[in-house]
Amino acid sequence: MALTMFDKIWMSHVILERPGGDALLHIDRNFVHEGSFHAFGALAKEGRRVRKPRQTFAVADHYVPTVGRERGVEAAEDADARNMIRLLEENCLVNDIAHFGIDDERQGIVHVIGPELGLTQPGLTITCGDSHTSTHGALGAFAFGTGASQLKQILATQCLWLKRPKTLRIRVDGTLAPGVTGKDVVLAIIAKIGTAGATGHVIEFAGAAIRGLSVEGRLTVCNMAIEAGGRAGMTAPDDRVYDYLHGRPYAPKDAEWDRAVAQWRTLPSDGDARFDREVTLDGATLEPMLTWGTSPEEALPVSGRIPDPKSLGDANQRAHAEQALAYMDLKPGTPLTDIKIDRAFLGSCTNGRIEDLRAAAAVLKGRKAVIPAWVSPGSTALKRQAEAEGLDRIFIEAGVEWRASGCSSCAAMNGDKVPPGLRCASTANRNFEGRQGKGARTHLMSPAMAAAAMVTGRVTDVRQLLQGQ
Amino acid sequence: MTPFTTLTAIAAPIEMANIDTDRIIPVRFLRKLRSEKSGYDPYLFHDMRFDNEGREKPDFVLNQAPYRKAGILVAAANFGCGSSREGAVYALLDYGIRAVVAPSFGDIHYANELQNGMLPVILPEEICRGLRDQLRAKPGATLAIDLPAQTVTDTEGTAHPFTIDAVYKERLLKGLDDIGLVLENTPAIERFEHDYHAARPWLA
Repeated sequence: MALTMFDKIWMSHVILERPGGDALLHIDRNFVHEGSFHAFGALAKEGRRVRKPRQTFAVADHYVPTVGRERGVEAAEDADARNMIRLLEENCLVNDIAHFGIDDERQGIVHVIGPELGLTQPGLTITCGDSHTSTHGALGAFAFGTGASQLKQILATQCLWLKRPKTLRIRVDGTLAPGVTGKDVVLAIIAKIGTAGATGHVIEFAGAAIRGLSVEGRLTVCNMAIEAGGRAGMTAPDDRVYDYLHGRPYAPKDAEWDRAVAQWRTLPSDGDARFDREVTLDGATLEPMLTWGTSPEEALPVSGRIPDPKSLGDANQRAHAEQALAYMDLKPGTPLTDIKIDRAFLGSCTNGRIEDLRAAAAVLKGRKAVIPAWVSPGSTALKRQAEAEGLDRIFIEAGVEWRASGCSSCAAMNGDKVPPGLRCASTANRNFEGRQGKGARTHLMSPAMAAAAMVTGRVTDVRQLLQGQ
Repeated sequence: MTPFTTLTAIAAPIEMANIDTDRIIPVRFLRKLRSEKSGYDPYLFHDMRFDNEGREKPDFVLNQAPYRKAGILVAAANFGCGSSREGAVYALLDYGIRAVVAPSFGDIHYANELQNGMLPVILPEEICRGLRDQLRAKPGATLAIDLPAQTVTDTEGTAHPFTIDAVYKERLLKGLDDIGLVLENTPAIERFEHDYHAARPWLA
């Protein structure tokens, strides 16, 4: 029988099945962060231990400050945040879990360091109490977010009861135009299928445009599978993935490496595998994208205009768009490139990787930012790498703050907020009301587009700035 | 886990689609410890419920007298999308909401409700809209949810059947704990892990 990649990973992890399609699934790797305290608390209250401590890894990311990091945890803005960071360390110590704390060179955003350390590998089941766990699927894994109760179950048993999700293949054909990135591809997908478009499904992103993306670009696409409602997102592993993983600290070595690669090569979906649903996009026609509203599906090409809510097809969309335009203080018919931008944030598990920093630096080189802007690299190691490449100098000379690594203004839990009423060009993943701070207005876009907004102070088609470079 | 069987309670209509979990509980409250003495109820829908000075917004449904004691919400599509934060469920539960009726839910939030003995009921879009219309016309009216029979009875006495996975239903009815259900299978788990890691020693 022809199988999808998801089928193959699922079948290799089912311990047993119950009538009704519920399976007990083996979890290869589990990640925890400061927000996991509810799960640890409940575990302790029930008198349970972490069953497989070597299969869980902890990192401080959501609450860590991105400035003043030489002071360590003391730099955190308030006592609650400091307690969250310390509590994670204590819970890891008690439970014998590897912990990459605020001062550790391996620290970074959980979905950046997983692939970076080689913890994320093809064919694995990966969980974390965070919805953007879908990111890890870019290496050919089944990776998904859970709440605190399911996280507790994984800590206590290294298994999870899960109903088998359906499969959705999204094929992006053709070759992407210069200036069009993984971020633009995934925003175009979400605009097409909606934020509930993939509910109950695991998305496999496929097609020439996806295969043509670097591992970093694929990580960006899979990261936002959750914004389309997907249970997980994945792309087929290939030589690019194996080259990326080879030599990383937790990747298999020597003879085991060869054995692993041989297994990984069997993972991609069979040619005639059937998916429950299929969606196709033409990658060649895509432009740089950005969001104008308060849902990731409210996105348009940069050449577009703010839509008239009345023109939208669905009653729910019309009502949402009306509220979104009021919150965003935007008028129908306005060209997107007329939108003034007050702040810019480059970073997050969506777009905080080396390729993202390079793309933004290419735009900023020899230019000045006209608005307050900051960069938070996806990991401390990445920060060092960018500094070795001289990227930090480009940002600093452009007047952009070069900060330490963490979730920063994507979740705005660490105090990196956007003031009420101000508009932020953000490379993160959610433009929900209040996401970057109460009253903050978020426009999601690619790193290059965010860099273009930094130098012009308005939404700008980055391709115009790149001409002649 | 507290079992869920039947629930007759005041129901409140929430009109907006795509209510994300950031709306259900804004991120700044997630660092708060939760205990029996200090629950998450003050944070529920905080920025929809309260203005910048912490005053109630009179147009928000739960601030209107008849709906204050709601035990059920009837929402629009894609309720609970976005972040995986289980704090959204704690806020609903601590407020007194035991069931949400909607045309669809974010997958992670749906699972989180089930894990905490809450019942997420999926009914078609037009039935949810009809229920919300009734609840607005009769403020403070109750709905009756019968999990064994899998029905929601509206304010006019019409019972709307809903489907739910048999496994979830049994777990809710009995208040079963997932960890207990896993640990019953320890020998099978250990056998699986042995074979699995033998084939992939680099993961052991």
